[in-house]
Amino acid sequence: MNTNDQTKGLSEHSLLRIEQLKARYQNPQSVLLEALWMWQGEHGWISEEGMRYVADLVGVPHHHVLGVVTFYTMFNRKPVGRHKLEVCTNVSCMLRNSERLLDHLEARLQIKTGGTTPDNRFTLVEAECLGSCGSAPVMQVGDRYYENLDTATLDKILDELK
Amino acid sequence: MEPLLLPPIPEYHRIGVYEAHGGYAMLRKALAMNPAEITNEVKASNLRGRGGACFPTGLKWSFMPRESAKPKYLCVNGDESEPGTFKDRQIFECNPHQLIEGTVIACYAMGINAAYLYVRGEYKHWIDLVQQAVNDAYERGYIGRNILGSGFSTEFTIHRGAGAYICGEESSLMNSVEGQRGYPRVKPPFPAQNGLWGCPTTINNVETIANIPVILRLGAGAYSKIGAERHPGPILVGVSGHVNKPGVYEMPTGVPLLEIINTYAGGVPGNKKIKAVIPGGSSTMLLRGDALEGVCMDAESLKAAGSSVGTAGVIVMDEDTDLVKVLWRIARFYHHESCGQCTPCREGTGWMEKILKRFVDNNGTYADINLLRDVANNIEGNTICALGDAAAWPVQSMIRTFRAEFECRVRE
Repeated sequence: MNTNDQTKGLSEHSLLRIEQLKARYQNPQSVLLEALWMWQGEHGWISEEGMRYVADLVGVPHHHVLGVVTFYTMFNRKPVGRHKLEVCTNVSCMLRNSERLLDHLEARLQIKTGGTTPDNRFTLVEAECLGSCGSAPVMQVGDRYYENLDTATLDKILDELK
Repeated sequence: MEPLLLPPIPEYHRIGVYEAHGGYAMLRKALAMNPAEITNEVKASNLRGRGGACFPTGLKWSFMPRESAKPKYLCVNGDESEPGTFKDRQIFECNPHQLIEGTVIACYAMGINAAYLYVRGEYKHWIDLVQQAVNDAYERGYIGRNILGSGFSTEFTIHRGAGAYICGEESSLMNSVEGQRGYPRVKPPFPAQNGLWGCPTTINNVETIANIPVILRLGAGAYSKIGAERHPGPILVGVSGHVNKPGVYEMPTGVPLLEIINTYAGGVPGNKKIKAVIPGGSSTMLLRGDALEGVCMDAESLKAAGSSVGTAGVIVMDEDTDLVKVLWRIARFYHHESCGQCTPCREGTGWMEKILKRFVDNNGTYADINLLRDVANNIEGNTICALGDAAAWPVQSMIRTFRAEFECRVRE
């Protein structure tokens, strides 16, 4: 996982899953997003090589994959740290002081929003509404949501994310 | 009203518990009915879509051709990306089987053999929960081939998005299911004629679909008497912002906004006054805090108040809120999420964000207020999809109802 070795293809498991999923759609091109998710899951980010590999796998032109990857914000187009911290700053989180969380993270990690720590442990980004407004402010790290945050809980979470 | 969408039953998300409380009985009932009868029942219930447009669900279903040489499809919209909206997530987490049951009933009613549940990419955790429920339902024969021996078959596939607000727009959602960029399509043709892969398609919101088993259980007559007359049924209201108990609350439609804020959500911290309320997610028109009396959470009441029910995502802002900053943040969101197809939206949303930033920095001018209004007016109605309108409405309503907020930020 997250090997960042972009020359290796997808795992056997993922390839099998892709073939199964293709049968679920009238046009196999539909599995493109899922194939990109798998690539990102196994490689951490989606490189030029990754896009070409997925294009061949799904059977679409390379430029189509490029168009899709650049359209959806969750696809990483460059390497990210082991933990990508995505802090929601949209209205409901903003009303509950998400800006302070972002400031706190920038100060603690000594990076600007959008940056990655030199030890490659954290990447910090600002997220649009994560659909968790009732437990604002919220941060997503990988597949996990951290809710009702304040700076003290944030510090504890960061300590645990090795 | 007993909770119909989110019953407070422990472990209700498990198939065994759901079945023990009468789950999937409505699917059995539906499979014994004539499909057209089900659509008529949904029509008679007066259920209106819970995804924001409040379109009558039964009417939408009736647009689907009965006979079709091409396959027909159902897309269930769980993109849930409207700021202030977090209700479908509760269904995924607490009541996934009612969503599945409703989906299969809808497929049967419209003669559909494949359903796609589109869920925003960020909700990976909830996708896994629903996938587990789907697997269990397949195992018990509620989805798949020859469902419960009826001869009817339908597949259920979860399609994960990857971070794009626009994919909640139905035609954009279909493009995303097709493995493309989420560009909205020009309508007409409408999805019921020309949807997914050019085939007849219906798109319904997650909460809408979760209402279907309820309608069959209570009967259209009883269902239509719940809540507001012209927009009946249970509704999931998400309350966020400056309230003591933010969260998702199930209630009949037609509950006064002030009751939602003060009783359900425990009022405003520090007993502060309410400055403004966004009643239905960030694209609905802002209401003044001093004009909430008598305004209720249903389509007609909110329309009369100059706003709309949207996705029932209520964002409460207390008297200390910097509304100009809130509006700038909303404008930034729409600028970020504009897909870029239509010039008025692509350029206009960025322009509005820039002008609003000037006010945030106390650097606006009186001319900027008019310019902002002009840009908003030139986006509204001039784009393929409603994102442009959604970006324009908060700006227009804010200038109309809170002009002083801008004027006090004009540079000396």
